[in-house]
Amino acid sequence: MRAAWLAIGTMVAVGCGGGGEQAASGGGETATQTAVAPLGTGTISGIVMFTGTPPANPPIDMREEPHCAAMYGGNPTDPVVMVKDGHLANVFVRVTGGLPAGPYPKPAKDPEIDQQGCLYHPRVLGVMTGQALQIHNSDSLLHNIKAVPTTNRGFNVSQPRAGMTREHVFTAPEIMVPFECNVHGWMKAYVGVVDHPYFAVSGENGAFTIGGLPPGTYRLEAWHEKYGTKTVEVTIGADGQGSVTFTYAAS
Amino acid sequence: MSRRRVGVALLALAWSVSLAVLGPLQAQDLTRGKAVYDRWCAGCHGETGAGDGEAMTYMLPRPRDFRRAVYQVRTTATGGLPTDADLMRVVDEGMPGTTMPGWRTRLSEAERRDVVAHIKSFSRFFEGENPTPLAFGKAPRLTAEGLVEGERWYRELECFKCHGDAGRGDGPSAPTLTDDWNQPIRAADLTRGWNFNGGASVEQIYRRLRTGLDGTPMPSFSDAVEGEILTEEQLWRVAQWVHSLSPERPPVREVIRAPRLDGALPSGPEDSAWAAIPPAWVPLVGQIVIKPRWFAPRVDGLWVRAAHDGQTLAVLVAWSDPSRSPDATWQEWIDGVAGAMTDADGPVPTTQGPDRLHVQVPLRPPEGLERPYFLGGDPRRPTYQWQWTSAPDAVREGRGTGLGAFTASATTTVQHAAVFADGEWRVQFARALAPADTAAAPAFPVGEAVPMAFYAADGSDGEDERRGAVSAWYAIYLDVPTPPRVYVAPVLAVLVTAGLGGLVVVRAQRRARST
Repeated sequence: MRAAWLAIGTMVAVGCGGGGEQAASGGGETATQTAVAPLGTGTISGIVMFTGTPPANPPIDMREEPHCAAMYGGNPTDPVVMVKDGHLANVFVRVTGGLPAGPYPKPAKDPEIDQQGCLYHPRVLGVMTGQALQIHNSDSLLHNIKAVPTTNRGFNVSQPRAGMTREHVFTAPEIMVPFECNVHGWMKAYVGVVDHPYFAVSGENGAFTIGGLPPGTYRLEAWHEKYGTKTVEVTIGADGQGSVTFTYAAS
Repeated sequence: MSRRRVGVALLALAWSVSLAVLGPLQAQDLTRGKAVYDRWCAGCHGETGAGDGEAMTYMLPRPRDFRRAVYQVRTTATGGLPTDADLMRVVDEGMPGTTMPGWRTRLSEAERRDVVAHIKSFSRFFEGENPTPLAFGKAPRLTAEGLVEGERWYRELECFKCHGDAGRGDGPSAPTLTDDWNQPIRAADLTRGWNFNGGASVEQIYRRLRTGLDGTPMPSFSDAVEGEILTEEQLWRVAQWVHSLSPERPPVREVIRAPRLDGALPSGPEDSAWAAIPPAWVPLVGQIVIKPRWFAPRVDGLWVRAAHDGQTLAVLVAWSDPSRSPDATWQEWIDGVAGAMTDADGPVPTTQGPDRLHVQVPLRPPEGLERPYFLGGDPRRPTYQWQWTSAPDAVREGRGTGLGAFTASATTTVQHAAVFADGEWRVQFARALAPADTAAAPAFPVGEAVPMAFYAADGSDGEDERRGAVSAWYAIYLDVPTPPRVYVAPVLAVLVTAGLGGLVVVRAQRRARST
């Protein structure tokens, strides 16, 4: 029963999070002071565009897990390229240059990743080094969660029941740490580990925001699992606003 | 230099490495460790420990890449570093089921300690770390109810997803498994405990459940215990259940004994009458003589049973194979194997063929110790073969003069029946002891050892008529019916002895009387 409530709770959370990946990843907006004062109050607002016809996502053979398959009307696909109205979701963006020296404030909220319907939610997320990533299972079946980093230590744990949670702390920056489930070979997630809180993931509308920065010029790097990385420079003016557009094209 | 490396690696593969005689060593001497490593380990694991030695392409699973310090067999939590004792154990015992041999008898203790220190130096993760083992507790007493509990948890925890319902590594996720280096990796066949990487005892299995096998898909179940999904004792029960699935490593005997049955021969592979006949274990190894060679065979051995009734010989061969080939769900697997093994000896088929089993005997009775070449025979000494395939489910009978050199007979005298269930093939052959045409098919004489050899291939694993697993020559011996004289002779002997004794007594009495 408790597991069911947790599952429903998570579904609601994920449902909200669908359009609001930026909220989940909101290094800027949700970052509040813990021990370290924020560097500033400026915000970078960005959007990730996609030109051309997005490729069809590959189908997933989920017959092995009928309960999960049923959630997708029997036609589950692997959400590799998520494009809506020319906007690309699941792009991990972080500041790679122009930051004043640390220390940096830690986001107040622990990042979360959930296994639900035999997929990861979110598929792409960022964590700050030292933050406790919360790994949940909302499915009433066995998942194993294997992290396969190269700079950090990995792990491989089983979560055979709904409602289980594991905390994990990555200690070194690494772009990106793949997560996988070997019981369900199609399940993939990517975790960006950064040693500061100035990162975000583009939402369904392609938008992201990175806040808490002082005026200045910054270099941003965007990462997409299929289309790779792109770098731009952006300036936060005296008004505390900077805006940036990344554009990916169908290959 | 490079040839020497490969040579060393292949020597290690063949378990024929002789003891290196080196001078006395200090404990954990890195320079000495490097010398030992370069000589004995680098051929597979590479000079820089990247797991990319020249013999790498011949191996699946690949040699460990030491740079990431990811180790399967540990006593520490998942993601943790191994202790020195953990590393020492792997060096000492090797990794059963892989090409990594044990070095306990081949290198001195000092050499092994030094090489462990050198292996650690390949990864920065070991710097300043002192890993501590988990506390594992003790196994509960083995009981029948405990085994039932263990089996229940095997299913509750969904171990079968990879390992299969009967534990033969044929679960629905098995065809998709890859290791941390993206190479295909087999779910362990739990009925083959002697191949368990970390050892087959209940304690060792329990440790693998708690620590996971890092670098592989096998996760740690410690969280399930700590989260009170199940108790430590229940996890021990899983270990006991898994342990119960394997027999002890079977002894290899040269002779497959075919008892003579008074009643009917078993009617098929599932006839319970077979259970009364003890099986012989016939180990197989990869065919690495004739190109294309095969270094990662799926089938590691066959259980062979035989019986006859004076007219007909029946042979039952059973072996683990996770797929009934061809099987579309294994396409991803064969693609992975082909990708991994192509550099060894040329392209590996990515079209699935059938599963295969060949049984061969000499076509003509061997003269003295001269037997045909074990790989299918040779032109001078051909073999007589039964070549079974899963698709079509059929046996071809004929004459072999080498691997892949086979001429089918026009007529078939052997009958067969094949059953596939839970990751196991059971194929029964039956043939008259005395065939009509002895030029095409040899007789099976009773009371004589007839050389017999085997070949097996998994069509979903890139295996075919050459890429597969072979046995050396064994022998089948058809028991002679017990002749009547066996029962009469002792009785006669008793009677004769008693008669002679009586005669002596009578004579002695007569002599006594006459004097």
